Amino acid sequence: MSVQVSETAPALELRNLDVVYRVRGRDRQVLRDVSLTVERGRSYGLVGESGCGKTTAALAIVRYLPRNGRVSSGSILIGARDVVKLNYRELRHLRAEDVGMVYQNPGAALNPGIRVGRQVAEVFVVRGVDRKEAQERALNALRTVQIADPGSVMERYPHQLSGGMQQRVVIAMALAKDPALLILDEPTTGLDATVEAEVLDLIAKLQSEFETAVLFISHNLGVIAKMCERVGVLYAGRLVEEGDAETVLRDPRHPYTVGLIRCIPRGGVRKDHGRLDTIPGFLPNLGEQPPGCIFADRCALSTERCVQEDPPPYQAGGGHTSRCHYHESAHTLPRREAADLDLPVVDRRTEPVVRFDDLGKVFHQRGHSVHALENVSAAIWPGETLGLVGESGSGKTTLARALLGLVAPTAGTVEFEGRPLAGHLSRRTADDVRALQIVFQNPDSALNRRHTVRRILRRALKKLAGITGAPAEKRLLELMQSVRLAERYVSARPAQLSGGLKQRVAVARAFAGEPRLVVCDEPTSALDVSVQAAILNLLVELQAERRVSYLFISHDLGVVRYISDRIAVLYLGRVMELGPAAVVFEGPHHPYTEALLSAVPTVDGGGRERIRLEGEIPSAANPPSGCVFHTRCPRKIGAICEQEEPPLLEVEEAHLMRCHIPIDELRRLQLGEREKAPA
Amino acid sequence: MSTALPVPVQVPSERQLARRETLRQLVRSKTFLVGFIVVAFWVFWALVGAALTPRDPLELAADVLARPSSTYWFGTDSLGLDVFSRVLAGATGMLEIAPLAMLLGVAGGTVIGLVTGYFRGLVDETISRVIDAVLALPVIVIAVTAIVALGPSTMTLIIVIGVVFIPLVTRTVRAAVLAERELDYVQAARLRGERAPYVMFVEMLPNVMGPIVVEATVRLGYAIFAVAGLTFLGFGVQPPAPDWALQVAQNYQLLAGGSYWWTVLFPALAIASLVVAVNLIADGLTQVLDR
Repeated sequence: MSVQVSETAPALELRNLDVVYRVRGRDRQVLRDVSLTVERGRSYGLVGESGCGKTTAALAIVRYLPRNGRVSSGSILIGARDVVKLNYRELRHLRAEDVGMVYQNPGAALNPGIRVGRQVAEVFVVRGVDRKEAQERALNALRTVQIADPGSVMERYPHQLSGGMQQRVVIAMALAKDPALLILDEPTTGLDATVEAEVLDLIAKLQSEFETAVLFISHNLGVIAKMCERVGVLYAGRLVEEGDAETVLRDPRHPYTVGLIRCIPRGGVRKDHGRLDTIPGFLPNLGEQPPGCIFADRCALSTERCVQEDPPPYQAGGGHTSRCHYHESAHTLPRREAADLDLPVVDRRTEPVVRFDDLGKVFHQRGHSVHALENVSAAIWPGETLGLVGESGSGKTTLARALLGLVAPTAGTVEFEGRPLAGHLSRRTADDVRALQIVFQNPDSALNRRHTVRRILRRALKKLAGITGAPAEKRLLELMQSVRLAERYVSARPAQLSGGLKQRVAVARAFAGEPRLVVCDEPTSALDVSVQAAILNLLVELQAERRVSYLFISHDLGVVRYISDRIAVLYLGRVMELGPAAVVFEGPHHPYTEALLSAVPTVDGGGRERIRLEGEIPSAANPPSGCVFHTRCPRKIGAICEQEEPPLLEVEEAHLMRCHIPIDELRRLQLGEREKAPA
Repeated sequence: MSTALPVPVQVPSERQLARRETLRQLVRSKTFLVGFIVVAFWVFWALVGAALTPRDPLELAADVLARPSSTYWFGTDSLGLDVFSRVLAGATGMLEIAPLAMLLGVAGGTVIGLVTGYFRGLVDETISRVIDAVLALPVIVIAVTAIVALGPSTMTLIIVIGVVFIPLVTRTVRAAVLAERELDYVQAARLRGERAPYVMFVEMLPNVMGPIVVEATVRLGYAIFAVAGLTFLGFGVQPPAPDWALQVAQNYQLLAGGSYWWTVLFPALAIASLVVAVNLIADGLTQVLDR
């Protein structure tokens, strides 16, 4: 009765898999002829932008498709058994014994009402282990995923754990049954870069220990490059390219992969070097099936043949396949023409647009006082972009909100063009309110879903620029033009627009008047990389046209580096480092900046010595003594770090740092190591 | 002014599709459909009133307390009035008072809910405490006291039931507004200098209409119930109007003596059918709109 797992068959094999969703009475194909193989103990990465069918593939493998979805043809073989043909009991057995799954949101994967210990033990109980032994094994499982103090974690509820800890618990549960196949669907996307790095290290270590086959799904090419031996690129439900991860990323043979890799700001590219490459056009509608290549309408290399004839998977040697008629010349995909952008020249002898002086903000929560900002001083000059980086909880958003007047600071002042600015929005003059605008992270939340684009923008024109009536209609179209938003979207509502288009509307709204400074709060982190590149280009173009300043918040260091003139690194509400972008990135930098930088997985691998931060950012309600970073600092020098808070000093021209280690010592430590590290 | 612009063909059709989809889901839900048919039936009779009933609901027949028969389908009552005609004609009063009372309650509750949810802080604290206090009192006590003070009339009934509903609707709307105000578009509005009423009524209100519509339907069911209850106690519709609850009130003593069940059963069934039907609609709407 028990299903036998063949010892030689691959851990997972998809053969010509088709999956359809039934929407409004019609079948729409979301996966088409997908074939891939994950060998035992190997890792396979599946990349693609949102809507490409990555998650559908993951769900289909364990037959978790939503009710309107089904496998219409092809087979899914796990250890030589066809999952599609299993009955309910066999399927349950398969899910309990052989396949582990980890999803993006660990908070939703754990039951909020059951203690962590019991949830993990459940995995063993299902397999017939008695309760007491299951508890023992659960404790061991938590130890395996390197949770400090697993005994006390067992007694806690999921909401009492941080996101990183929750994800470790989910991984512990997935690995507890020693599965032959582990499916990871964007397991680190919701986590901070430093935590992500730790979790990825853990997954890599456990994978080699347990010899588990891994199907790793991610939109992040850097993560895939770090984690996977093989990679498959999905586009609109088709596997367009497949091969060894290193080969595919270094020598991509499909124009989509080529475009995807070029979109990412990396290798120290800055806005004055030119615009980023983008992939023009949009993903085809769900279920749309052109006769030829699915990517043809967005591909600059496409010819008549591409439109007519569906490309088969061409062999490019060494198990590398590409569904492109011209796979040999994919790398000749034209680049974006060099930009003749007239970027503003920042003159720091003039009056800054905005200046923070010893800004502090204390929140009072249930008897605790939480110091969200401590003595933050910085200035932003006209036409300049100040990048703001740091983990979540470092005070980035509070600083932006204090600048905008959404929260009133409890100490210090904000000056706008030399005049002090009232703390709260309600006490600022209309002109001051108009001068400072924002582009939010999530355009779904930032746009009123009941209002049309016309209504949203006309209202902004009225309130921010005082234009109404017939001239407003004209300005509206100009405004849409300036954010490259086609006129036909004027009467669309947000739900009818893609993420990138929505973000363009949000940008247009911020620029309806004549803003002096626009806060960009993670404006691209909810978007796909190709769209991200287009939005970044837009922001840079607008800066060139309008001489506007940006306060740019992002956790993506590549993006920050691309767009910023100067960068401020925040930790627990304090500025740890502040300086020109190139200097902060090239070093010598603050140990915290160094750790942030080394946490980021890059497509090219990067030759940087990896520095890991232990644990998580301490609570701002109870910050560590002395230098607030000493509890996690890999370069701590001794007692002085615990006792004395280092001042923010100008260590070299225009470069400020808060560290007890002298700059020359840091230079020796950091640059010396980098030379030693293999390239 | 917008006519000069080329209207894209595809964009509005998407919107119509979404609307059609909502409608399709509603019609497909049996709960909604049954409720809708029953309510439509009563609305029809409320509109045509006595004009189409087999007999004049106010005309005394020769037979007093006649059993249901082919002449008098639902029998006659103690005054010799035709129960069948009175049940059909009785919809008028009910479907005038209950919806108006509901509208008053929903309008009031929406405004207060928006204000408390948007401003929070002291305004919210104060109003919420008052609402808690009001909710602690039995509805019927407040209603009876108010009607005694104001004198029974249709207007009084509407106002009393409407006002009693305000705190209940406020709670629902406030909860929806609290979730909505966390969204960034509300802050975006404040950052372009919009005043609070604009943010509340133009920006937020359209986005909380789903829960409000559901709440309104639920309240309508309760309003019918309340009108019937108060009328039965003698505080509502006055004789000789052919009101359902009034018919029950006038005839229920007869149940004890003999078995003149038809005088009470049919008007009571009419009330029940309407209340249940309205609640079926509410359930159907909840399934489709509240998500």
